[in-house]
Amino acid sequence: MYGWTGNILHLDLTKKSIEIENPSLDILNQYVGGKGFGGRYLRQCATLPWDHPDMVICIFAGPLSASISPTSGRTHILSKSPLTGLVGDSSVGGKLATRLKRAGWDGIVITGKSKTPAGITIKDNLVEFKDAKGLWGLDTRMVHKKIKPENASLLSIGPAAENGVRYAGIIVDQYFAAGRSGLGLCLAEKKIKYLLVDGTGHCKIKDQKKLKTAREDILRLTAASPALMGRFGFTCLGTGAVYDLMDNRRMMPTDNFCRTRFESASKLNAVAYTKSYSTQKHGCLGCHILCKKIGTDNKASIAMPEFETMSHFTALIGCMDTKLVVKANELCNHSGMDTISAASTLACRREITGLDYTFETVLSLLEDIAFGRGEGKLLALGAKQYAEKMGRPQAAMAVKGMELPAYDPRGAYGMALGYALSTRGGCHLRAYPISHEIFRKPVATDRFSFSGKARIIKIAEDLNAIVDSLIACKFTFFAAGLEEYASVYEAVTGIETNAQDLLQKGERIYYNERIINALNGFSAKDDDLPDRFFTEAGSSGNNIFIPPINRNEFLNARKKYYKVRGLNTNGLPGKEKAQTLGLLWNNL
Amino acid sequence: MEQLVNKYSDKLVQAKLGNTFGPSQPLIGGLDDTLVWNRKADEIPLLENVFKGLNINSLVFLRPKEPYSSLIGFLAETALKSFGLIQPKDCETRTFLHDLPVINEFCPDKIIHALKKRKSVIIAPPKNNKNFKGPAIIAHGMVSPEQGFITISSVCFASFIKFFTDYLEALQQGIATTDEHCLFDAVIPFLNPIQTVLPKFISSPFPDETIVYSAIIEAGKKTVEYGLVDSFFGNISYFWNGTLYISQTGSSLDELCGCIDPVPMDNSTSAGITASSELCAHTETITRTGCRAILHGHPKFSVILSMDCDPLEKAACHFKEQCHIKCPKKRFVGCTPIVPGEVGTGPFGLCNTLPPALTQANSAIVYGHGLFTIGKNNFSDAFKTMLEVETLCYNTYFKKIRVLRKTL
Repeated sequence: MYGWTGNILHLDLTKKSIEIENPSLDILNQYVGGKGFGGRYLRQCATLPWDHPDMVICIFAGPLSASISPTSGRTHILSKSPLTGLVGDSSVGGKLATRLKRAGWDGIVITGKSKTPAGITIKDNLVEFKDAKGLWGLDTRMVHKKIKPENASLLSIGPAAENGVRYAGIIVDQYFAAGRSGLGLCLAEKKIKYLLVDGTGHCKIKDQKKLKTAREDILRLTAASPALMGRFGFTCLGTGAVYDLMDNRRMMPTDNFCRTRFESASKLNAVAYTKSYSTQKHGCLGCHILCKKIGTDNKASIAMPEFETMSHFTALIGCMDTKLVVKANELCNHSGMDTISAASTLACRREITGLDYTFETVLSLLEDIAFGRGEGKLLALGAKQYAEKMGRPQAAMAVKGMELPAYDPRGAYGMALGYALSTRGGCHLRAYPISHEIFRKPVATDRFSFSGKARIIKIAEDLNAIVDSLIACKFTFFAAGLEEYASVYEAVTGIETNAQDLLQKGERIYYNERIINALNGFSAKDDDLPDRFFTEAGSSGNNIFIPPINRNEFLNARKKYYKVRGLNTNGLPGKEKAQTLGLLWNNL
Repeated sequence: MEQLVNKYSDKLVQAKLGNTFGPSQPLIGGLDDTLVWNRKADEIPLLENVFKGLNINSLVFLRPKEPYSSLIGFLAETALKSFGLIQPKDCETRTFLHDLPVINEFCPDKIIHALKKRKSVIIAPPKNNKNFKGPAIIAHGMVSPEQGFITISSVCFASFIKFFTDYLEALQQGIATTDEHCLFDAVIPFLNPIQTVLPKFISSPFPDETIVYSAIIEAGKKTVEYGLVDSFFGNISYFWNGTLYISQTGSSLDELCGCIDPVPMDNSTSAGITASSELCAHTETITRTGCRAILHGHPKFSVILSMDCDPLEKAACHFKEQCHIKCPKKRFVGCTPIVPGEVGTGPFGLCNTLPPALTQANSAIVYGHGLFTIGKNNFSDAFKTMLEVETLCYNTYFKKIRVLRKTL
């Protein structure tokens, strides 16, 4: 067997048992890895509550992990989201997937609940449950200091997860966050504090020469991409490079999405952080793009905020201080919570209470959230529940309970559709239309039109589903395509494939998520945006007009999407389509 | 979608790859929830089956007009005798297309099979086939019909470059075939003569930013009108008041309105993240040369001559498989240097090789890619140089051919 190890580890925290599954090559090729395999196991317990002992947490690499395939260092984590009740997943960087594969495992499926805080260590084929009582309560930085992982990869949760924050995240290798969906809380529920993985083996590659050629093709394309490796691209400035662009395009969510232009933006851009913190390039193991930026603050290394964090901790909450953004980012990462959801919940609070923030109040509230203190307990529920409990549900800028990222949908209609239809709630990454609506790749589309967007979104969702399964980084797809990654897949696994076959696997993976969500009661009523976007204009200017989104046009595009995706008019999956895709069908 | 299928049909005609009537009329289908075509055609039922077999949103079908029809037909026929692939070595193919698959039937299964793997397929049935006249090119898109348009024009460009470079090399090696001689003679009448009358440009100095934008838009349109760029791409910039105004990545030079990024040279903003892939080469060139205007096109004979290398020298060269990135020889066409370099900023990026070359001359050709020219203050100088270099390359090429054919 090439590409895969053929071993999936099943850990039961209740029984403290370890079992090994050896799926057939057909199964491996069908589910691929990452998100694909995660969906396979989640489907088997789809209707269980997120905190049920039998609920799975899946941590998977992919067939390309631990190879020289470009950007294959990411790991995919999936469970049911405590924040939304939907499929909850997140792609995370670092070296976890590489170490996992080298230890001989394609992925880990965790069930059960430990009575006391536990850690899991994996060193090649030696798997052990460890007592983690002494680490419970520590932040992720301290866990890292205590464990000293060195070459191993360390995943851990922080106090936010332990204290029940619905958007608690997971931190991998100090700097990389699986932020969205509240997956940290899923681990905390099972009393898992950390996972330490080291592997010394090597994965078998079918055709090294072909893989090298395919790799060169991808590197050539990424070198030609201004967004990735250009002078202002992610390699030089990190994802924060997008900040000026959103300002320039008048689609920067400001004051809880009440406006789309933040006047102070030009002083708070990626260049400002680069100068103030002398940033250095960092990234996932083996990646050539190196989008992560590590700065220096009082001689200490510090992770620079990603674009979403930069935007939401300034424009969205009405603050104008890069130091605050860096501190808030640090606090969220150390306590283990999602910066997008945290900032968006604070923005919702600001709109409801009318209270502006200072440096001190933002940090103090973030600590209150992470440690379950005072008002923090309410804010820990996320913007949707917070706004409902405050009697102002319309102030939550969320889709299906997940707070929206830093692209105002009034400035990009594919993004509007992508947000509304995403299977994990308000997410920009499922369809990632910024690629064509803003970055002009593979070609530019009209960002103020729904024309053609239904099918574009559907195809992009399929594409990103397979990307999260192979695994590769979505950023690479600003430059390369599945055409190139199909060659990589063939070279690594020895299985003949092509771009369209991979896309079909992606379609299957995504449709499975629609089924899981439908089994949990989600339908067309949930595939929608907050009212604000249909009733209030954005901040027009500079010859850019940002009107409210035309609701009829939005609904028409959504209707087209349902047809293209093979859903009924209520957004529900159908037996015939499921069977065509080879998916298990339960009556909904 | 109706608007897009019509727009790119018109653009294929404007690019002189298709006609407004007859067999070379482009056929474009766009699919959202329903499928729309730019016109009625006999090929539609079969192409609808292609749509059903692929997860795409658009298909572009074209029987290219001459000289592309004959050139692609010839290359396709040769390809079908081996692995069914045309493998041009120009930059666009190397970077974006990889190779050009060829099939011999207008058959949905075969078309689907090819398009599952690559962006285009060439259909070249035997000449005596009565059911389908070839060659035709089909290309798909997953976002917009523009992708198919770009792919088809790149296929035509790459095929043109390949035939003329292969023919010159075959003559140099003494192995040119009768078929190649005949085809060469047959397509010459279809080559568009290089225009020699220079157009007028907005004159410098430019008093304000608005005029800068207008001057860039005007120069871009004229570069396309004069046939100096394929796929309508290339890039263009002007340095004014501490800022470089540069065309955006993937923008068409004849549609630059709204597609120009202002990039302050002090790096104070990252808004230039959507600027051309060659931004670094442009800024470095401005810094090194003090010029204000940079024009980059893909004039065909400049590209062809950039790939011309003495066969004996090439055979002995250590880097003969890596000419595009490691050519060790200092080569010129007239005073214009030819440099290796790939698109963008990688270790072999042309951002490393082009700017030094432009300190020596007002023009430089990047191997297998295209021509860069500079103007001290305005675009008329850069444009004039581009036209002169292409004319020189055209004349040099045909002179070489004449000399070599005399020796036969």
